[in-house]
Amino acid sequence: MRDDRGRFRTLSGIPVKHVYSWEDREGVDEMETVSEPGRFPYTRSIHETLYRKRLWTMRQFAGFGTPADTNERFRYLLDNGQTGLSTAFDMPTLMGHDSDDPLSLGEVGREGVAIDTIDDMETLFRDIPLDKVSTSMTINGPAIMVLAMYVVAAERQGVPPSKLRGTLQNDILKEYIAQKEWIYPPVPSMRIITDMLTYCTKEMPLWNTISISGYHIREAGSTAVQELAFTLADGFAYVEAGIAAGLDVDDFAPRLSFFWNAHNDFFEEIAKYRAARRIWAKRMKNRYGAKKERSWMVRFHTQTAGCSLTAQQVENNIARVAYQALAAVLGGTQSLHTNSMDEALALPTEKAVRIALRTQQILAHETGVINTVDPLGGSWFVEELTDRMEEEAERYFAEIDERGGVIAGIEQGYFQREIADAAFRYQREVETEERIVVGVNRFVDHDEKEETTPLLEIAPEVEKDQVERLERFRASRNAALVKKALADVCAAAASDTNLMPVVLQAVRHGATLGEMVGVIREQFGVYREPAVF
Amino acid sequence: MQPNGHQLIDGLLRGDRASLARAISFVENAAPSSMKILDAVYPRTGKAYRIGVTGPPGAGKSTLVSRLVGELWSEGKSIGVVAVDPSSPFTRGALLGDRVRFQEIPDDPRFFVRSMASRGSSGGLAFRTGEVCDLLDASGKDVLVIETVGVGQSELDGAAAVHTTVVVLVPESGDEVQAMKAGLMEIGDVFTVNKADRVGADRMARCVEEMLHLGAGGDGWKAPVVLLSALSGDSFPLFLDALRRHEDHIRKSGDFARLKIERGRAKIEEIVERERNREFWKRSEVECSFEEALAQLAGGKTTPYREAARMLDQFRREGK
Amino acid sequence: MDRPIRVLVGKVGLDGHDRGVKVVASALRDAGMEVIYTGLHQTPENVVRAAVEEDVEVVAISILSGAHMTLFPRLLELLRENGRDDILLCGGGIIPEKDRLALEKIGVGALFGPGTDTTEIVSYLEEEVKKRRAR
Repeated sequence: MRDDRGRFRTLSGIPVKHVYSWEDREGVDEMETVSEPGRFPYTRSIHETLYRKRLWTMRQFAGFGTPADTNERFRYLLDNGQTGLSTAFDMPTLMGHDSDDPLSLGEVGREGVAIDTIDDMETLFRDIPLDKVSTSMTINGPAIMVLAMYVVAAERQGVPPSKLRGTLQNDILKEYIAQKEWIYPPVPSMRIITDMLTYCTKEMPLWNTISISGYHIREAGSTAVQELAFTLADGFAYVEAGIAAGLDVDDFAPRLSFFWNAHNDFFEEIAKYRAARRIWAKRMKNRYGAKKERSWMVRFHTQTAGCSLTAQQVENNIARVAYQALAAVLGGTQSLHTNSMDEALALPTEKAVRIALRTQQILAHETGVINTVDPLGGSWFVEELTDRMEEEAERYFAEIDERGGVIAGIEQGYFQREIADAAFRYQREVETEERIVVGVNRFVDHDEKEETTPLLEIAPEVEKDQVERLERFRASRNAALVKKALADVCAAAASDTNLMPVVLQAVRHGATLGEMVGVIREQFGVYREPAVF
Repeated sequence: MQPNGHQLIDGLLRGDRASLARAISFVENAAPSSMKILDAVYPRTGKAYRIGVTGPPGAGKSTLVSRLVGELWSEGKSIGVVAVDPSSPFTRGALLGDRVRFQEIPDDPRFFVRSMASRGSSGGLAFRTGEVCDLLDASGKDVLVIETVGVGQSELDGAAAVHTTVVVLVPESGDEVQAMKAGLMEIGDVFTVNKADRVGADRMARCVEEMLHLGAGGDGWKAPVVLLSALSGDSFPLFLDALRRHEDHIRKSGDFARLKIERGRAKIEEIVERERNREFWKRSEVECSFEEALAQLAGGKTTPYREAARMLDQFRREGK
Repeated sequence: MDRPIRVLVGKVGLDGHDRGVKVVASALRDAGMEVIYTGLHQTPENVVRAAVEEDVEVVAISILSGAHMTLFPRLLELLRENGRDDILLCGGGIIPEKDRLALEKIGVGALFGPGTDTTEIVSYLEEEVKKRRAR
């Protein structure tokens, strides 16, 4: 993109020269900063062989309607060659409300699947062997309850927690920063996370405890540099919390993973992934004293940028997604979700989901990009851009430290303001046509009829059915046992007893998501963010 | 909805939310009917306890106010909040985000929040804020909280005067405090240093105390400095206690009742001045004379002082 | 001098996607409007109460959770109950054409989709408010 002074810049505003040469890299010790694939600081890749040995996991996010509806979509995706599951929950579940809560009205099963009870969780994974698939669950505020439900659902399939593979998003810090789906204030939320870290470190060695997410920070309007810096800063905050809770860094750090966005600026995105690996590895080793190589490694999932999709000329989105996916793969992602072309209009239809999945399969099997690891390594431009991303991120880390850390920054509205400013700048650039968006401010199709694409609709009965099932479930429980179990959860929240065992017990006795969230809310209170523009 | 003046006044005095809200708009826009409304409700004003909360941006005023309001509400009081934020001097637009803070308080007729943009000069704002408070007062609110940005500016002067002014500072407010020096005493009745868990909070509090000492006034009230955290609520009871002591103090000293008289005086002055100005500029010959003066000025033949004197002279002669 | 347009901008429902709503709020401010921002996760009751107290001329709501067919009609109903159906209710979000037409039919104003130019929103509001003030 060319700015008003005629300079070319990346999406984040980093100036780009018309050509790069060996002169740009003079004095840089690339043996040390770039190194080799599978070697510290992992700039090129965390694995020596990468996709030759194993392709990335093609993991399409799915969830809508009742647990039975989503179960059907899951099995469709597995039958079509998908290799891992990824669960989208509906808004009430994400906010910790049961489907019959007045606040849930109109939102049940709309943006994802509604999960209220252990019954729902069992239905969601019916006929899917939980010791065979890896499951990713996008849940944050009520992550502890959902994880407990997953563990109990597996228990009822005869699968012990030690065999469960998958990822819990569980990244509450980015909720305050960007996604805004929180329940409790930051400090008690961090305590819940350290409780889970402690439990999982002992009981669930194959489970990824936190997927530290830049995706939503980017979707909220940040630049690539902000995504990189704020996300890694969140990661450091979790590491520090784990250490402060008495855990050995090498016991839990290997189970931390990352989740990045893949946006339009091709080389900048690639440089972002490479810089992330290097920064994390250096800090983990040098500052936190981690000794295991796995503690140094950034393993990550990528999703193409939802906010880059346009409602105009929706088919163009197929091309956008393909380029973004290519950037993620050239950046060495471990798993990938490609967006469906119609997501700017509604939930994706089955056909749109299939095209998105096929885009990944074409990339993996037809283009040959998997033949060699980090094919862009050593490119003067890409190496230079990677260094610049690292420098810019370090500048942000210094600012965050100055402000007293991530939680202080959240309370000051710092991150929120930085992101809102970037989002506003972006919008201005599009409106002044300084930035071109095909089909939106250039190459506009004036005769375009809206929605020739069929859309997935959620029947209004979904909400009614779900509420009725919840009522039946409530009636079938042993009320005294539920009451006792909830009181135990409340007591654990009030003290410093680990919450995980009592939440598991409450799930076994049939406590609902909303009930468990509610008793903890009594102890922890709710969070209100300052208004920041 | 366009109720007539009487319906609006009746509704307002009954505490009806929509009438009150609409009346506030009339006052805010200086609509022709606003004077009639203010006149009608005047006898019902003077009961509410008015608290002004002021401080630099980012000091946590809204958080403190929402905690204070929550406390008063749970005591059964009815409360009106006026939250003033600056308008852009260039576009006149404003972003008013203070309502975000008041979500804990249930939907209850005892509670009313109004966001106001400063719209231009601070003098005009002071009058409008005072008048908006009169409407809230007349509608039966027990306590009014007026939140404004800035320290030592004139938002709370004159007709907008309050019973108790709370100045909210943070450990980083050193520059503001230095700029006030001994004048600090005239500005606040209760000082708080918010975010007391941050580095420098104690030093800030000591610094304010020293300056208050320099400027100690003669009304027998020594302004306390309270270190607190509005967000966590630490030491909030100390702040409440300071407020209560000041309220007691001014009720006993008679200052509480005097405020209404004081505001009345300012109001007469303001109205007379405004009307006199309007009368002056309304005269057709003034307009001619003004045009003429401007032309002369442009020609370099006269001075603004001479022309002003000539116009006033002419006005006095013809007014007779 | 014309008085500024007062607009309430807020998010109803549970989704926390406030990027769009903040960009719009800032753009309306820059266009000279007084924008009252209510924050996230509002109930229709909260929004209408705020609209009444703030005596706004426009309520602009962002919904990205798919609950628009429940929430917009509820907002209209509450505005009517409070005697304030003179307030323009409009909004934005990912709202399919079919739903948009249905909502317009029951009295909801313009609903803007992703990628809308903020100047389009500004001129729509200015025009609508001008018409309403003339009544």
